[in-house]
Amino acid sequence: MWPYLLKRILATIPVVLVVMVIVFLMLRLTPGDPAANIAGDAATSEDIAELRVKLGLEEPLPVQFAIYAKNLLKGDFGESFYYKRPVMSMVADGIEPTLSLALFTIVIACLIAVPLGTLAAFKQGSWVDRLIMAFSVIGFSVPVFVIGYVLIYFLAVKLEWFPVQGYQRIGDGVAGWAYRLILPATALSVIFIALIARMTRTSVLEVLNEDYIRTARAKGLPQSKVLLKHALRNAAVPIVTVIGIAIAILISGVVVTESVFVIPGLGLLTLDAIQGRDYPTVQALILLFSLVYIIVNLLIDVAYTLLDPRIRY
Amino acid sequence: MGFSGITRIKRAKGLLRASVLAIAATAMMQAPMAQAEDSVLTVNMHSDLKIVDPIWTTAYMSRNYGYMVYDTLFAMNTKGEVLPQMVDTFKIADDGLTYDFTLREGLKFHDDAPVTSEDVIASLQRWGQKDAMGQKMLTFVAEMTATGDNSFQFKMNEPTGMVIQALGKPSSNVPFIMPARIAATPPGDQITEYIGSGPFVFLEDEWKPGDKAEFAKFEGYVPRSEPADGLAGGKEVFVDKVVWKVIRDQQTKMNALSKGELDVIEQPAHDLLPLMEQDENIKLIDLNPFGSQYTFRFNVLHPPFDNPKIRQALMYAFDQEEFLFAAVGDEAYFKTCKAMFICGTPIATEKGFEDMLSGNIEKAKEMIKEAGYDGTPVLLMHPTDLTILEPLPPVAKAIMEDIGLVVDMQAMDWQTLVGRRNKQEPVAEGGWNAFITAWNSVDNASPLTTPFLNAGCDKALFGWPCDEQIQSLRDEFSREPDPAKQLAIVEKLQMRVAEYPTHIHLGQYLQPHAMGKNISGAPVSPVPAFWGYKKD
Repeated sequence: MWPYLLKRILATIPVVLVVMVIVFLMLRLTPGDPAANIAGDAATSEDIAELRVKLGLEEPLPVQFAIYAKNLLKGDFGESFYYKRPVMSMVADGIEPTLSLALFTIVIACLIAVPLGTLAAFKQGSWVDRLIMAFSVIGFSVPVFVIGYVLIYFLAVKLEWFPVQGYQRIGDGVAGWAYRLILPATALSVIFIALIARMTRTSVLEVLNEDYIRTARAKGLPQSKVLLKHALRNAAVPIVTVIGIAIAILISGVVVTESVFVIPGLGLLTLDAIQGRDYPTVQALILLFSLVYIIVNLLIDVAYTLLDPRIRY
Repeated sequence: MGFSGITRIKRAKGLLRASVLAIAATAMMQAPMAQAEDSVLTVNMHSDLKIVDPIWTTAYMSRNYGYMVYDTLFAMNTKGEVLPQMVDTFKIADDGLTYDFTLREGLKFHDDAPVTSEDVIASLQRWGQKDAMGQKMLTFVAEMTATGDNSFQFKMNEPTGMVIQALGKPSSNVPFIMPARIAATPPGDQITEYIGSGPFVFLEDEWKPGDKAEFAKFEGYVPRSEPADGLAGGKEVFVDKVVWKVIRDQQTKMNALSKGELDVIEQPAHDLLPLMEQDENIKLIDLNPFGSQYTFRFNVLHPPFDNPKIRQALMYAFDQEEFLFAAVGDEAYFKTCKAMFICGTPIATEKGFEDMLSGNIEKAKEMIKEAGYDGTPVLLMHPTDLTILEPLPPVAKAIMEDIGLVVDMQAMDWQTLVGRRNKQEPVAEGGWNAFITAWNSVDNASPLTTPFLNAGCDKALFGWPCDEQIQSLRDEFSREPDPAKQLAIVEKLQMRVAEYPTHIHLGQYLQPHAMGKNISGAPVSPVPAFWGYKKD
């Protein structure tokens, strides 16, 4: 196991390098000039040219990359072109809201989706199964912003149970933090409920046809025990894979939800940085997201060994 | 279903009921949190505050920030007059060669240091190196000297009518007054200390990029005794704090305003205005009587717009109303105006444009033929991510095609457009021919401030018009102190622009603020200002 982990960790180095180069080049090759944007509409060409020099954008690309890589090795991700703040402090500000939203969402999704999927498999072909799968199709099909607006309209504007927008930091009170996350996490969880429920149903169905399930039933075990202890645990590997991928997606790509519910997380930071061509911020964020994907995948692989003793590395 | 099944359903129902009750209880407990605090004015500005040096950039958000934190020597009222603000008294010598200024008593910076004439001079020097109007003004100023702690003097090379106008310039770059040590920062570098003498203190620690910026009332601010009038008069603050909250989604903004989570939206989308008008918690107020002006910008370096006759043809072909209907829709929020320097200002005149800007397609077709147009396509940049601009290029494209031009309209985001418009290269090498933008009308209210009117070739803004006559008329305007004679110069200038178009003004639109019905006292001003606001 440990040699495997070490190998996987070492394998991240070339991946990170490739990501660094691709992101660096893509940003510079994308049309748009951060200096022109920063200088403002009434700035002259001279002002903009002067600013490009100050931002280091007039250096040849290899020189720019060498400076970037050298600073990165020192743990310096650079300074935002706009805010004149270290990029990492801005990223750090955005991590808590995004992570909170992601975890809240995934908890809601798992609590609902796994039982629903299991139930659908257990009641295969019945109206319960069809109802759950119909919900699943709808969950896939309706865009998250539509769900968000509907929830806001009914639960925030009409019933006034929740605020329309905003995020409260966990340090300012856990109750307020959780309260403000309910609507956005619910809106965002719908698609993941659909995804995880379908995957759970398929996996559990496969397992339910196995001989050992029949044996368990023949031994007279209660259905709940058969389902939870024997079927679900053995069906867990693909479910955990989907959940892991969902977490990675949630951390790196919840722009729409963050925008509709005004959550100052990494999604909005990424969007703003890309729109403004804030190269240092985009580079740091994409690097972070690639690391998240790598770590989540690694954790999923480790989880396999816990869920299925036959899997060994 | 057996007994155990019924029990499970009962349990599930109980659980559901308990959950709903828990949510409701939480909601009730938290309800006050959803409301904005009474002493805090929560505002959604048109963009996020990114740069906190209003001299370093011309971005409107930085200018708006400047009016919170800094004060100005002079300021413009709602009639377009420039009145003393930090200045108490001033005297212009009869020969126009000496200006003496005295500052008001009691002016101090947020660190309690008094505002001195040294601070003023240092601030004007920095501003004068960055701002085009400031640069022009300083060409007339032989010397700026402190004649006392709170008095200073300008010695002029020659008389000019622009000094007071320049010191009261309402829009970017505004001559804000900073402490001398901060103003000593080279104009090419951003300042790193955010201390002014304006009515609000910037709370740097509370500034969360992409989320919010906060300003506290400056208790040491001494407002003028006159009532507030535009950017002039007494800047009295009635709230403890102003929070600029970043909300990007228009629907969310409206919902938050309706529920009292927001107090003011600076620029609600025009298509949501009818909904807001019906909302019992929201009112719409137009605080900027001059509004904004749409402009079509040519690049005169490359065909076909290197030919003034083809540019002139567009001035005949374009109909302001068509553009305004497409972008704004509701006539209540726009007005056609052939005056280049904004309808309602003292120098507003239609001279030169009387038979233009009204959709004379036939005339335009003739001119295109006479100009010998060879079919070179017009590369028209189309920003698709700004709702206020997005509908305009298709209108321009249709009109240009009507008069026989070939148009290649390319969709792009605004940042791509901003980067591309600075390229002087031919179209085939990444250049461009035309785009449409909007300016706050106060920027276009004078020949000296209108950015697109600068026809100084390489020194001009992107588009690079190059015309000696326009430049000399602007110069003449800057030297002329008599308003009647200034108007005569403007007439000549507009007649020249009709022959050598630098840009086309496509009409003015109004952008009302949306605010809660419990909000009052919002100052009428061409620039968003937050003194005077009261919250019931």
